[in-house]
Amino acid sequence: MFAFWTILVASLTAVTCALLGCYLVLRKMAMVSDAISHSILPGILVAFFITGSRDSTAMLIGAGFLGLLTTIIIEFLHRKGNLQSDAAIGVTFTALFALGVILVSAFAEQIDLDTDCVLYGEIAYTPLDVWLLGGTTNMGPKAVWTMTILLLMVLLFIYLGYKELLLTSFDSAFASAIGLRTMLWHYLLVGAVSMTTVAAFESVGAILVVALLICPAATAYLLSSRLPVMLGLATCFGVFLAISGYYLAVWIDGSIAGAMSTMAGVLFVVALGVSKVIKSNS
Amino acid sequence: MLLLLYSLNPMTDALLKFFTLQDANVRYVVLGTVLLAISSAVVGCFTFLKKKSLAGDAVAHAVLPGICLAFLLAGNKNPWALLAGSFITGWLSLVCIDFITSKTKLKEDTAIGLVLSIFFGVGILLLTAIQHGGNAEQAGLEGFIFGKAAALIGADLVLFMVLSALLLCTVALFFKELTLIAFDEQYAKVIGFPVRWLELLLTTLTVLAVVVGIQAVGVVLMAAMLITPAAAARFWTDKLQVMVVLAALLGALAAVGGCLVSYLHTNMPTGAWIVFLVSLLAVFSFLFAPKKGLIARHYKQKQHKLRFAEENILKTFYHLGEKQKDFFHSYTLNEIVEKRKFESTYLQKGLERLKKQGYVVQQKVGANPAQYLWQFTTEGYERGLRVTKLHRLWEIYLTKYLRIAPDHVHEDAETMEHIITPELEKTLETWLNYPKNDPHNTEIPYR
Repeated sequence: MFAFWTILVASLTAVTCALLGCYLVLRKMAMVSDAISHSILPGILVAFFITGSRDSTAMLIGAGFLGLLTTIIIEFLHRKGNLQSDAAIGVTFTALFALGVILVSAFAEQIDLDTDCVLYGEIAYTPLDVWLLGGTTNMGPKAVWTMTILLLMVLLFIYLGYKELLLTSFDSAFASAIGLRTMLWHYLLVGAVSMTTVAAFESVGAILVVALLICPAATAYLLSSRLPVMLGLATCFGVFLAISGYYLAVWIDGSIAGAMSTMAGVLFVVALGVSKVIKSNS
Repeated sequence: MLLLLYSLNPMTDALLKFFTLQDANVRYVVLGTVLLAISSAVVGCFTFLKKKSLAGDAVAHAVLPGICLAFLLAGNKNPWALLAGSFITGWLSLVCIDFITSKTKLKEDTAIGLVLSIFFGVGILLLTAIQHGGNAEQAGLEGFIFGKAAALIGADLVLFMVLSALLLCTVALFFKELTLIAFDEQYAKVIGFPVRWLELLLTTLTVLAVVVGIQAVGVVLMAAMLITPAAAARFWTDKLQVMVVLAALLGALAAVGGCLVSYLHTNMPTGAWIVFLVSLLAVFSFLFAPKKGLIARHYKQKQHKLRFAEENILKTFYHLGEKQKDFFHSYTLNEIVEKRKFESTYLQKGLERLKKQGYVVQQKVGANPAQYLWQFTTEGYERGLRVTKLHRLWEIYLTKYLRIAPDHVHEDAETMEHIITPELEKTLETWLNYPKNDPHNTEIPYR
């Protein structure tokens, strides 16, 4: 049962990330998502200080806000400061992450959050934190509920904004020419990524969530350029990473999140080989 | 005096102890971190100019699996083994990024994110496996993630100091070559520089700087030590030599600050503070640097706008003078607005400024300020004439040399008339051979 819940949480997280990741890869925003995942840390802490609890809604809002702020700062440094975009990303996320680490160290006693957890979370603990309805009925791990709701929200977002997201991702000039609000969709996506990052924070940590965002999507993009196929493949890869990562972690007794990223690497290398073979045959 | 301060305040006491470097431990840690910060800042300048800053981030993360593998193979924390391991995987990550970008359709940012997260994931997997494995030697291995400046003592310190010194000497020795490939790789290739070897050198230097630097700030924040000092220094200068020295100074300053904070509050992480302080220095540079800083540029833009407004008003005076056939006739505000639709506050403020500068004079007729009369001075006449001349010369140039229809040239000339320098003015005049009329058949005035 324990393995089942862990794999379920991991799959839900991986699939949510993989779906959003497809758009990030297509929009060349992979490193922006890396920046967001680092810089939500101070947002989580500030939300904690304001509400005094690790209640997930407050943290989702706090981190969503910080995610938007990060992208705004990056754009600002790039546009107004004439700073090249790679340096703008690097300067912004390291500064915010350093601030987060300082806050964690300063308030270590009051907050049940250590720096290891920040980095790679501990998905194996999530099944222990169950939701008791009315104090008695066991409704399963809280993380399952949070991630399910988030996955549904992301699916709804993609379903409702499918055409807009597709157009703004592939040809933003055309999209704005026919009257789509490209910046609005950009920031909606950033908001969705930030919220997913926070929700995934407890399970996989701030840095390895990047692996889940980028790797399945990039691997899917290697095999197909068609968005529906990409989304489908990325979803399958996400589930595969969750299952294979879990058993790899159990086998060598290590972090599940680390094992999932390792499997993502294996998957990518295999896909790279497959795509080369297909290319040389055709 | 010193004694007095000494007795006054325990804080001053601690500060004094820190800055006089009495404590051998403090001495080592400060010296070590400063040197590490300097070497990464110097190399960072070149990666910054080559727009490869984020690749440095990938190298930093990719060092972790190397450290863990080396530990697994060596069975202990032998600094040479860890160094070799981190160097190899750091290098490998750059090779992977290069391969993915050049051989697949994935873009560079995806490649960097992919390599960064996978290498780091493998590192975390190995690290946790080692920690659960129960090898007593492993304690302190996780220090590489956030750095462990306080542990920079003894033989390790000597090793890293030698490496930093080696790195700085190499940069100094190949400064000219590195500059060339940072700015213009194509040109370097054409004039016969061994570009591939130099690229290799820069890659090696980057990996080396990261491997050395993570001792102080750790893999996660290492990118900042490469990028941030360089980005901050860039706001102050256009000269690479100055930029490198400045970046090194900023890095060193932040390193001392970070050590100080963690000396005063022992539970504070040195690495995170160094990065935070260097980021503050960058924010300061971004805002206040002369010329390139945000405030300086904002001020300059405003000055330009004011000058444009003033010149437009003077030009309107000149046009009115042409109509009146008397350039020193005086006009009310309404008469000026009839000629060109200025917004009234814009016009009034512009006229006030021009009056202060001595280009126009004001005659107070009657009680109503709206009825006051405005008139050119000789200086105003000359400047108005020049702007008008430049406008019309530019229209001629566009129609004659760029073959643009006469009814399309006005807009462009509206901007160019404010920008053309006296040298360009001379060239235009001689080149077009002092034409009499512009494309709309109005006379071009010369002094």
